[in-house]
Amino acid sequence: MHELSLCQSLIDQVQQLALTHGAQSVGLVTLKIGPLSGVEPALMQHAYPFASAGTLAAESTLVIELAPLQVRCESCGAETEAEPSRLVCAACGGCHTQLVSGDEMLLMSVELITAEGSNHV
Amino acid sequence: MCDTCGCNITPGNREFAYKPVNGTTAVAVLKSLLARNDDQAIHNRQHFDRQRLLTINLMSSPGSGKTALLEATIDALRNEYRIGVIEGDLETENDAKRIRAKGVPAHQITTGSACHLDAHMVHEALHQFPLAELDILFIENVGNLVCPASFDLGQHRNVVLLSVTEGDDKPAKYPVMFRAADLLLLSKSDLLPLLDDFSPARAEANLRNLASTVPVMQLAARKALGLQPWLDWLRSELAWQRARVDRGETVQPRLQADGAQLHEAAR
Repeated sequence: MHELSLCQSLIDQVQQLALTHGAQSVGLVTLKIGPLSGVEPALMQHAYPFASAGTLAAESTLVIELAPLQVRCESCGAETEAEPSRLVCAACGGCHTQLVSGDEMLLMSVELITAEGSNHV
Repeated sequence: MCDTCGCNITPGNREFAYKPVNGTTAVAVLKSLLARNDDQAIHNRQHFDRQRLLTINLMSSPGSGKTALLEATIDALRNEYRIGVIEGDLETENDAKRIRAKGVPAHQITTGSACHLDAHMVHEALHQFPLAELDILFIENVGNLVCPASFDLGQHRNVVLLSVTEGDDKPAKYPVMFRAADLLLLSKSDLLPLLDDFSPARAEANLRNLASTVPVMQLAARKALGLQPWLDWLRSELAWQRARVDRGETVQPRLQADGAQLHEAAR
């Protein structure tokens, strides 16, 4: 999708957090990305160094956790794994399901490095 | 989803959200990467609700008949509702000119090389419109089955067009887009007899596989065929929107349904 512009908006958020907490730099930046988020993790990794260059996150490492694709069936109540193009219940085959996990594109946590040591935020 | 009430914490990420790191209590960020766009979209929706306006985001691949659908809709509802259109394209005023030729206010956003509209672009366009004088605002998104699906513009409903010349497996190939639909229109249906490889039933089955229960309608805008169910859908959506506004409520497209549900559960 728009991995570079998403990366820039991610760096804006990280930079803001670092400034708010008086951090000198940033260590790990952890994202959670689901297969139905529209975000391609590999492209995100590729864009990250370009977006973070010259910011407090310049030396940081991007960690992307992949969210599983899971649905909960409204008919039989089962929670099952699904495929992006097939979100029906794997137990009963019903199509009345709710996505439990899989459309996330979240900034989960940021490791901030201050003079005294590192703090997780 | 918002960042204030915790509705962005889903069963899938709850464990992570409260996991202490290095023995200290970690305050997880849990902010959507699209937070800035989503905040602007909420603001846009407030604009629309204040004017008791129904806003529809039209999405499809290029050339599937979004503008033709709008032309036919304007003709059919001319004496019933006041309609306005925001057009999104990379270049040219062509679509806005076609809409204005129908005597309806239209504003063209040219995105340059951007392949979707975002909430900020739509907000700027709103200032070109007499919103108080409209009943229905259509946003014709950039023709693209990928990116527009991820950007909330502040609309109340997403309508996705799939023309019968495109292939009935599109919902399976572009699940992010078709999951976001509140209504699927199979357009150019007058061409069905000429095509031996498009099955409306298969297209609908591929949509149902995405756990979508939304209505599917066939129509041919240029021949004014099958428009009635679509017009009735618009009428009832506008009535519901007005009833919601009168109750002080609003609605987001199906795309954000999970977050909205968690909102309800949190109350």
